[in-house]
Amino acid sequence: MTERRILAVASGGGHWQQLMLLRPAFEGGSVFYVTTLRGLAESHGAAPAGFAPDCNRNEPVAVVKTVLALLWRVLRFRPHVVISTGALPGVIALACGRLVGARTIWVDSVANAEEMSMSGRLARRFAHLWLSQWEHVAKAEGADYAGSVL
Amino acid sequence: MIFVTVGTQLAFPRLIDAMDRIAAGLDEAVIAQTGPGGGAWAHLDHRPGMPPAEFAETFAAARIVVAHAGIGTILSARGARKPLVIMPRRAALDEHRNDHQMATARQVASMKGVHVAEDEAAIAALLAAEGLEAAEETPGPGRARLVARIREFIG
Repeated sequence: MTERRILAVASGGGHWQQLMLLRPAFEGGSVFYVTTLRGLAESHGAAPAGFAPDCNRNEPVAVVKTVLALLWRVLRFRPHVVISTGALPGVIALACGRLVGARTIWVDSVANAEEMSMSGRLARRFAHLWLSQWEHVAKAEGADYAGSVL
Repeated sequence: MIFVTVGTQLAFPRLIDAMDRIAAGLDEAVIAQTGPGGGAWAHLDHRPGMPPAEFAETFAAARIVVAHAGIGTILSARGARKPLVIMPRRAALDEHRNDHQMATARQVASMKGVHVAEDEAAIAALLAAEGLEAAEETPGPGRARLVARIREFIG
């Protein structure tokens, strides 16, 4: 089997740290990391890595810039798998991944202990594997649950 | 040195103002990463944000970290084995869009070395305590299961 190309995307901060804790799951694959804070991937020794601008749903222009950055990355890297721990840029990454036939994984942030995040709900339609890190949240929202980074 | 951090997304003046008043009575340096907007706090060595490398260095050098109840900060404190004092943001005070940090604080309150403070007096008491317990990087069995599930899916 060819080496799996994995595109791993997370916003800076807690989302990124959760992605870093999931790195053992990518062993044996060829991983490209993307985050929204310059210097962050380097400070975690995550390479190769690229940058995508952060965005939120209230800033349509920023959303377009993020879409363009991630679409370009996906077309160049041609991932077999796209995984994100959030937030909105991660949803966009999953959607772009679907355009090139990637299998997609959403791991909702462990910060959402009472309900799925808004990004997580958006990600549902693009994620083949849609995970919450809280069993009770997964049950209430129809998501899968396998455990948490905590 | 005490390091105060509120994350990159939102300011948290209730915490920073409290730490400024507390710092006035301490003979220990207090460095604060205060989030967007900035402000004037006489007793803090403060800045809105820090590059990742400087953040990591400051975190590592701190005796105690005081923060919002953000998952990133909690995971950093575990990794760096620091005593962590957290005050959750509250939606009713316009500190976040919802009360998920209150939920996080409830979920992590029993975690070793994570100390939840509801107000300034509670923070001051924890900072004055002798030998405040440090957090530890001891993942529960759930992390291995989550990693295994993702690895299996990747194939």
